[in-house]
Amino acid sequence: MSTQSTRMAARFMVAPSVIVLFIWMIVPLAMTAYFSFRLYRLLSPDRTGWVGFNNYVWFFNSPDFWLALTNTLLLVGGVLVITVVLGILIALLLDQPVKGQGVLRILVIAPFFVMPPVAASIWENLFMHPQNGLFAAIARGFGAQPILFLENYPMPSVIGIVAWEWLPFATLIFVTALQSLSSEQLEAAEMDGASAFNRFRYIILPHLTRAITVVILIQTIFLLGIFGEIFTTTQGGPGSASTTLPYMIFKQAIVAKDIGRAAAGGIIAVILANIVAYFLMRGIGRHLDA
Amino acid sequence: MARAASPRKQLITTLAAWSVALIIFFPVLWMILTSFKTEASAVASPPELLGADWTLDNYAEVWSRSDYPRFFWNSVVISVGSTLLGLAIAIPAAWSMAFVPGKRTKDLLMWMLSTKMMPAVAVMIPIYLLFQWLGIFDTRIGLILALMLMNLPIIIWMLYTYFKEIPGEILEAARMDGASLWNEIVYVLTPMAIPGIASTMLLNVILAWNEAFWTITLTTTKAAPLSAFIASFSAPQGLFYAKLSAASAMAILPILILGWFSQKQLVRGLTFGAVK
Repeated sequence: MSTQSTRMAARFMVAPSVIVLFIWMIVPLAMTAYFSFRLYRLLSPDRTGWVGFNNYVWFFNSPDFWLALTNTLLLVGGVLVITVVLGILIALLLDQPVKGQGVLRILVIAPFFVMPPVAASIWENLFMHPQNGLFAAIARGFGAQPILFLENYPMPSVIGIVAWEWLPFATLIFVTALQSLSSEQLEAAEMDGASAFNRFRYIILPHLTRAITVVILIQTIFLLGIFGEIFTTTQGGPGSASTTLPYMIFKQAIVAKDIGRAAAGGIIAVILANIVAYFLMRGIGRHLDA
Repeated sequence: MARAASPRKQLITTLAAWSVALIIFFPVLWMILTSFKTEASAVASPPELLGADWTLDNYAEVWSRSDYPRFFWNSVVISVGSTLLGLAIAIPAAWSMAFVPGKRTKDLLMWMLSTKMMPAVAVMIPIYLLFQWLGIFDTRIGLILALMLMNLPIIIWMLYTYFKEIPGEILEAARMDGASLWNEIVYVLTPMAIPGIASTMLLNVILAWNEAFWTITLTTTKAAPLSAFIASFSAPQGLFYAKLSAASAMAILPILILGWFSQKQLVRGLTFGAVK
């Protein structure tokens, strides 16, 4: 059905999207690349000039950089593992014939609609606060010392908060996927004496492959840029213990006011994001119906 | 795959499912409960539930001390505006990719999605400078543009998966009857695609409403939406739990309720059509 003129029209209709996205991507990226080779400090505006790769060298020599890189991967990996594993388990539970399915779904999906600053502040103040938080009250109830979540376990705490925000998304996708699984197949397997574990391993899990792909792809896109949750709770601390790459860039730009270094960090982050994107698209993109 | 189960097993699974759901929902519930307590009752140890001092004062005070209606209206304008503008650009693009796919359509879609992987912080300074230079810093139109561009890949992708399910023969039949390309899109395709467009719209309104990086970075006062409202509220006063909870509830309840009413449509949209 694609004649020459339709194809022309099709190109014409895709063009606006491609052009605006390309501009939105390339202009700031080019400016960031330019700044990354410049001396550009807001606190000493008279001193400017080309500095070659100095800003990059500073980043690679900073011990914080490797910590930030590790933390970024921990955050993305940790949240993915928690949401996929718990998401599948909860989906299996919700898929059982239980009373009040509709209300259950409303309860489970709620965290997805909570904006990140609110989610972070609920957890920080109402739950993890060492004096007034609910966790501290529970600990005292058992006669134990309250745990200093954000001080002593900053990364696990941040991962926990972000995982709570994304668990509904994973769970609902798995629930949707499970609904299309034929019950005959499962019953037949049960009749043949397949254990619950084997039914999960050989029937349910393969059926969920595509759903897992979607969850990993979409979540990674959002998780690589996680910023607000750290900004609200730990501010990257204590020290640099919970500083991720985006947060380290932010600190360079806003706290140290060194735009050159922040820009170098930005370019490094973009390159890393592209590497992750490349492997994601290669590895799992083919499962998507594009 | 619902199957018949013994009453006892059903009771256990029902209890387990409800416990899990309540645990997941509990932080939101606790926040809402705290927002109705007095400040003293909010931080009481052990935590008070039945014996708490209930009050509506927190809402009254947040309302009187801040310009909530302005933040709320900014949120509405920005999230709806960016979604509508995004749809206007994305519908033709998704149409042509779904019905006139070329060799590179798949790569193009992947490229669009990959633009979302660029960490926002990495381009914060250039975008800030550009917005100042263009005179759209701290304006609603500026935020509408930024959020539209941020969500455009998702909008295109979602519409594309919906459009692909519409059989191409219908379009061919319309074309045989002499429908122009424009008529084809407006009178044949759009009505069939309304459910898909609706859930794309819903999801993007929610994403835009909850966006909290550009909305805070690119505004000061005039165009600041509810994400900035809550950020300004939680920063200086850590100890006013009840008021903080009330402000939080006021920021999330509109979208929480919208989300609850539309969750069926949302779930389909969320899966990018890849999960049936």
